[in-house]
Amino acid sequence: MSADHDDNAIDFEVCIINSDLVEARNVKSAILERIRQCNFNENETFAIKLALEEALTNAIKHGNGGDSSKHVTIRYAVSPKEAVVVVTDEGEGFLPDNVPDCTDVSRLSIPSGRGITLMRAYMDEVCYRSNGREVYFVKRRSQSNP
Amino acid sequence: MGEQQSHLTITQTGQVTAVEFTDRKILEEFSISEIGDELAALLEKQSAPKILLCFRNVEHLSSAALGMLITLNKKVGEVDGKLKLSDISPQIYEVFRITKLNKLFDIYDTADQAIKSF
Repeated sequence: MSADHDDNAIDFEVCIINSDLVEARNVKSAILERIRQCNFNENETFAIKLALEEALTNAIKHGNGGDSSKHVTIRYAVSPKEAVVVVTDEGEGFLPDNVPDCTDVSRLSIPSGRGITLMRAYMDEVCYRSNGREVYFVKRRSQSNP
Repeated sequence: MGEQQSHLTITQTGQVTAVEFTDRKILEEFSISEIGDELAALLEKQSAPKILLCFRNVEHLSSAALGMLITLNKKVGEVDGKLKLSDISPQIYEVFRITKLNKLFDIYDTADQAIKSF
């Protein structure tokens, strides 16, 4: 997947929140309301809800390390064609390719490290940028849905 | 737990402690942590517990919820107990399948089937 998506071509709504899960909940609600308005189907909505939860939790807990002085920026654009979300934290970053495969039999009983796998499974595109401080993901809406 | 409302409904069927989640979403860290605490408290009351987790009401769950279940499974194993899961909707089962946790957990279609299997 290409890391050079042209964000300037997208008219994003922007939210900047503290590293706080309650604030994150409000942003999730706003995005999911747009998803509802654009008539994404049940499976697509399930997928987006899951990806939002994983991306925001990762940014707050792992990216910013729960540091309340750091912020998380969420940019989103939801249309009847697709939902595009970009979540950026202010942490040290990480190398997604170095995250071990959580589905390896020897790692199944480790309680953490599944968020990225789930996002990649459920989204049409997932792309890490800025040394892992930013994740860009897209879910396309089924056009068979009126 | 103080006056905090429980996230679980617990019933005893013979030797099996059947636990039903009351939340439709097991997504957020706060509630997952509280659920983990409630389940851990349940373990402290029994030796070799036989625990069934029924997902009948659950419509969403996150990787943090999976982590909580893995930790619980480990704790149950440490006290020679057994943990089984049931009534997982196809959407939720897909989360288990993607992460291959359907291979780690003992999953049944219905609570009755799970109870009979203990």
